[in-house]
Amino acid sequence: MSDIENKSQAAQEFLKGLWKENPVFISVLGMCPALAVTNTAINSLAMGLATTFVLLCSSILVSLLKSIIPKQVRITAYIIIIATFVTVVDFSLAAFLPAIHKELGAFIALIVVNCLILGRQEAFASKNSVGLSILDALGMSVGFTFAMLCIGMPREILGSGSLFNIPLFGESFEPWVVMILPPGGFFMLGFLLLGFNWYAQRKKERELTKQTQKV
Amino acid sequence: MGELIWIFVSALLVNNFTLAYFLGLCPFLGVSGKLQTAFRLGLANIFVMLITAACAYALNTWVLVYAPYLRLISFIIVIASSVQFVEMAVKKLSPDLFQALGIFLPLITTNCAILGLALFSTNKGYGFWEGMIYALGAGGGVTLALALLAGVREETRILNIPKVIQGTAINLIIAGIISMAFMGFAGLFSS
Repeated sequence: MSDIENKSQAAQEFLKGLWKENPVFISVLGMCPALAVTNTAINSLAMGLATTFVLLCSSILVSLLKSIIPKQVRITAYIIIIATFVTVVDFSLAAFLPAIHKELGAFIALIVVNCLILGRQEAFASKNSVGLSILDALGMSVGFTFAMLCIGMPREILGSGSLFNIPLFGESFEPWVVMILPPGGFFMLGFLLLGFNWYAQRKKERELTKQTQKV
Repeated sequence: MGELIWIFVSALLVNNFTLAYFLGLCPFLGVSGKLQTAFRLGLANIFVMLITAACAYALNTWVLVYAPYLRLISFIIVIASSVQFVEMAVKKLSPDLFQALGIFLPLITTNCAILGLALFSTNKGYGFWEGMIYALGAGGGVTLALALLAGVREETRILNIPKVIQGTAINLIIAGIISMAFMGFAGLFSS
């Protein structure tokens, strides 16, 4: 393979997580944190970064150890690796950012069972080189963080009239409290998925009309 | 006794695992197409939750006092392996029950509701019986949410829903409306 091809493949591994295979909007993975902690933009960002760290570290370790881990117990091995890094994140957040740790609560620990992370280990890191796994993990986590912010920012703007704790509107703004409560999470993701479907359908229709015009 | 009833109702309705904490969403959206399947999944959920609560209590009292940093790792491994053992035992002792729970048992083990239950009940410092009642309430709550969504989804199949909103999008919006209805229970214990 030539150098240029290598580079374009690497770029593709990174970019696919952002849009084409976006973990939340397209594959609908990792829904539990995506809905539970996205009531403010700061929490969404913190959760995204915590997941990024865990995904990146476990991808590196899994792709390094892939030849040593026996096939039969691979899932257990992945879970132990992931749980170790989640413990690291949990303890470091409790030490350095106690306020955010308190806000996110048990949901930090629940990163262990985020299907996105286990899914990437099984589908990618256990089969590819360290370099590609890092790119894949980075792409997926940037895509995940992006999705978290897409859900979190509108919820905070509508639900409390602020963004990253900075008030946006005057005092006359009546917040839609329901948006920062659990139902708001369901609604927001529902509407975002609706938008994605609509976009995908329109694109398909356009391609169809293009093809028929050619014929 | 009053305390136990409070724990049960709170986990069942007010702090419903699926609708208020978003735990166990994957099966909630994935298999809630049919009412009967939803019931079976819920039953399996209650079953695994009861085992989990017992395991979590034992670990918390005898092991984690000495090594708190092992909490996550030990929870997930002990829960997964004990569910495997119980599954084998059920298959041998009661094939009927095994038939009813079926493939759901191993799937549920890696469900976030299970680990969530273990974490929440140890965070709250529940004793053995309180933990069991909490598990029963939480499992019942998940079953209730699954059954409600499955019931509505069975109806939506005969409706003419626009193509763009079909699938996960409409399910999430339905779940949001059910969750909104459950918020009404929040005032249950205020007085």
